[in-house]
Amino acid sequence: MAERTVAWKPRGQNQLIGKKIPRIDGIDKASGAAKYSADINTPGTLFGKVLTCPHAHAKVVRLDLTAAEKMPGVRAVHAFAQVGQEVRYDGWPIAAVAAERPEIAEDALRAIKVKYEVLEHWVDEEDLEGAKQAGRTKDTRRRPKGDVDAAFQSAKAVHEGYYGLHTVTHCCLERHGSHAEWKGEKELNVHLSTQNVSGTAPQYAKALQLDAANVAINCEYIGGGFGSKFSVDQWDIACAIMAKKAGRPVRLLLDRATELKIAGNRPSVFAKIKVAADADGKVVAWDSYQWGTRGVGGGNVSLSVIPYLIDDVPNKRQRSVGIRTDCGSYRAWRAPNHPQGCYLTICALDDLAAKLGEDPLQFFLRNLDRISKEHLRQTFAGELKRAAELIGWKEKWHPRGQGGDGPIKRGLGLSMHTWPGRAHQANCTLRIYPDGTVESLQGSQDLGTGTRTVIAITVAETLGLPLSAVNVRIGSNKYPFARASGGSTTVGGVSGPNRRAALQALWKIFDLVAAKYEVDADSLEARGGKIWSNGKVVCSWKQAASLIGPMPLEFHGEGPKKDGLTSEDVGGVQMADVLVDTETGLIRINRFVAVQDCGLIIDELTARSQVMSGMTLGIAYALSEERIMDRKTGRFINADLENYKLPRIGDIGELVVEMYQPDSEYARGVVGLGEPPVISPGAAISNAVANAIGVRVPVLPLTPQRVLDALKGGVA
Amino acid sequence: MPAQQHSRQRGPSFSRRDFLKGSGAAVAATAIVTAPQEIDAAQESGPKVTSAEPTEVTLTVNGRNYRLKVEPRVTLLEVLRNDLNLTGAKEVCETTTCGACTVLIDGKATYACARLAIECEGQDIRTIESLRNGDQVDEVIAGFVKHDATQCGFCTPGFVMATKAFLAKHPKATLEDVRKGLGGNICRCGTYKGITECALELARKGGA
Ligand code: FES
Ligand code: FES
Repeated sequence: MAERTVAWKPRGQNQLIGKKIPRIDGIDKASGAAKYSADINTPGTLFGKVLTCPHAHAKVVRLDLTAAEKMPGVRAVHAFAQVGQEVRYDGWPIAAVAAERPEIAEDALRAIKVKYEVLEHWVDEEDLEGAKQAGRTKDTRRRPKGDVDAAFQSAKAVHEGYYGLHTVTHCCLERHGSHAEWKGEKELNVHLSTQNVSGTAPQYAKALQLDAANVAINCEYIGGGFGSKFSVDQWDIACAIMAKKAGRPVRLLLDRATELKIAGNRPSVFAKIKVAADADGKVVAWDSYQWGTRGVGGGNVSLSVIPYLIDDVPNKRQRSVGIRTDCGSYRAWRAPNHPQGCYLTICALDDLAAKLGEDPLQFFLRNLDRISKEHLRQTFAGELKRAAELIGWKEKWHPRGQGGDGPIKRGLGLSMHTWPGRAHQANCTLRIYPDGTVESLQGSQDLGTGTRTVIAITVAETLGLPLSAVNVRIGSNKYPFARASGGSTTVGGVSGPNRRAALQALWKIFDLVAAKYEVDADSLEARGGKIWSNGKVVCSWKQAASLIGPMPLEFHGEGPKKDGLTSEDVGGVQMADVLVDTETGLIRINRFVAVQDCGLIIDELTARSQVMSGMTLGIAYALSEERIMDRKTGRFINADLENYKLPRIGDIGELVVEMYQPDSEYARGVVGLGEPPVISPGAAISNAVANAIGVRVPVLPLTPQRVLDALKGGVA
Repeated sequence: MPAQQHSRQRGPSFSRRDFLKGSGAAVAATAIVTAPQEIDAAQESGPKVTSAEPTEVTLTVNGRNYRLKVEPRVTLLEVLRNDLNLTGAKEVCETTTCGACTVLIDGKATYACARLAIECEGQDIRTIESLRNGDQVDEVIAGFVKHDATQCGFCTPGFVMATKAFLAKHPKATLEDVRKGLGGNICRCGTYKGITECALELARKGGA
């Protein structure tokens, strides 16, 4: 028998892989049948709500829960804070209640008596001098490389600029929270809005002194996570505790304001950057001094992404100051550190190109050999070329400030990014039943990527079955272990094990068919629900499956493995075409192009959606979205969806997505895609605005006020 | 917290106008800075609100009558989700901003969180659940799936309902119409392009 090896099929032989296939749970999502944790209403469910601290920094001097406890309809009360405890930001949880109805829970929160001693606070993330004086800063620096000062002195062009991005939140539409229900004293069943189905039971077990094996985590659907839902939060533990106290299930979700304040954010960063090019137009020196906040724990954006991508600069120096603010803590926000590093670096380099009087496209093409990920240089060259064609760079690009004679100026800008996206650890169980039914189980989750669809495509492709023949089960920690979905790891993570397990199944079926029908197992092929030998049908899939006897066949798939099914590292290029109204400061996106590689694409439809998702989130943080902290009170003053501005359907312009997929991409196997497209939008859009109006608007989001200020001040 | 602030303004006799005023005030309050001492005082003084007695109400949802007893301050969205277990309409913003809770009332797209349950008596309420019968789905749902206008899916039922009402009113909608007419809903995942393509395709066919 010929050796059987694990690999993807040759590209041309795929029936499903690489096609544009609608997601298999799309109808359930669009028709409201999909049940999220927020939707779980088992009989007797109580409603939980959380009371939070309205101060940036205070000491609790009195906390009286008695009135709330005595209120009719209130079934449990839980204190997060203790008298004497310091609370460190607006939105800090103080107490929770569970009641028969939501309105009673609200009344109960109002009946809780809390008295605070208000303490000094600091919430400003941009005012470095003030933060230093307040004793809120901590420095980190890297060992400089080369001779930075000499390099600046002998450079042909030097640019110095100021750049920054404000804190943004994750703002998941499904708020953080859970539904908890006990089975007796020792078994807990939770519906948790989580990116980490298989990994959260131990956290409950530790907090509640349970056996981890007795904690069931369910999450069939999750309404957004973006990196903020990896852990069990204290309000989830409170939900379980109150459920036990009340002897009833409890559902507790944060309210919207608290969600924005404490359930995760992306750190801010501001930087003074000096950068230089030599006589050949190559980046030769980099010097940056950055500061910002990750919230109450201090810290700043990692120096590992500064300078970003174009990082093989012979002379460089980077310093960083973290500011400890009395604000909610950061959490991993889609492509942690990268959007910030990309914005600071690519904008500074774009300004350097302008200083050289050069088209940035030429400038970046020339500096591709400054990318230390050498294997991506070719990809970037191809993607830059293709994106330029799609946006009409040659026809439309003009030197800075020549964006038209009227008040409305037009400009183009570009940016590039990279991300590892390697497959995470995941296992699956694949069952073939004697009636031909196929089932794949894993403790994974679908954040919107299309996890179920990717699994179904992989298995159906391998077994030569229609998509509908595969039953996919995810969203329970009782299925085989799969890691959390974060960092673009899931599609590679689940597709590898499913391909491996399905191939094992297929080979077993081939052996049974070969024996029964007296054909050579090596000649067999599964396609269209049938088993073929040398172009002739041997039997149907159902007939083949019946050969396994009365019990199902079960296979275990593991990953990742070094068998070529998955790999890592993607590039990606984005180009924006914008209009800027210099009288109102309003920016409109005309066209926004992304050319994105991600290795072998399993489902091009959902892959394209991931790219559009990144671009749309990018437009949000580039143009409108920011956390606004009031210096005087220390409060997050726009913690609602009216004033925390997200783009709507009319605000995103025309998105153009092209998946970059020469055969070399297919050959390297699956690489993750969720993070990369969210990295570039800030720089691409800001560069387009600078190209249109001739000056840099230094800080994101590019609100009308900031645009007008830049125009007035002529900030270069 | 906006939710608490506007609740505090609710009294036992509560009209729709007060409700809208209330939620508007809560929104404005986030931009106006309240001094910490004042907040202390409010938390110190305990509940000022006494709940109004629950009232009987009959709601006609997806062609079926439901008789229930709710406090006047309970919204239609809360009743749909918590009492009738029709959880397709989602609760997202609490400030009547996002459209995740969109239902049709007498054919009009309406934020279910902006209506009190008691004021919907006698009206024809349609939720997302009415657009599917087993494997048979409304063409707006089918269009959303075809154009992959759903990712996490949390905004999707509300967007489907908004699209349904929009296309009924603008059967020949243009791109500009879609960009304006569907501006009442928010999607965080970024499905706007798919939704636009779906709405335009249905408009080319003459509506849905
Ligand atoms: S929940 Fe009703 S509009 Fe947001
Ligand atoms: S699909 Fe996630 S919010 Fe719209």
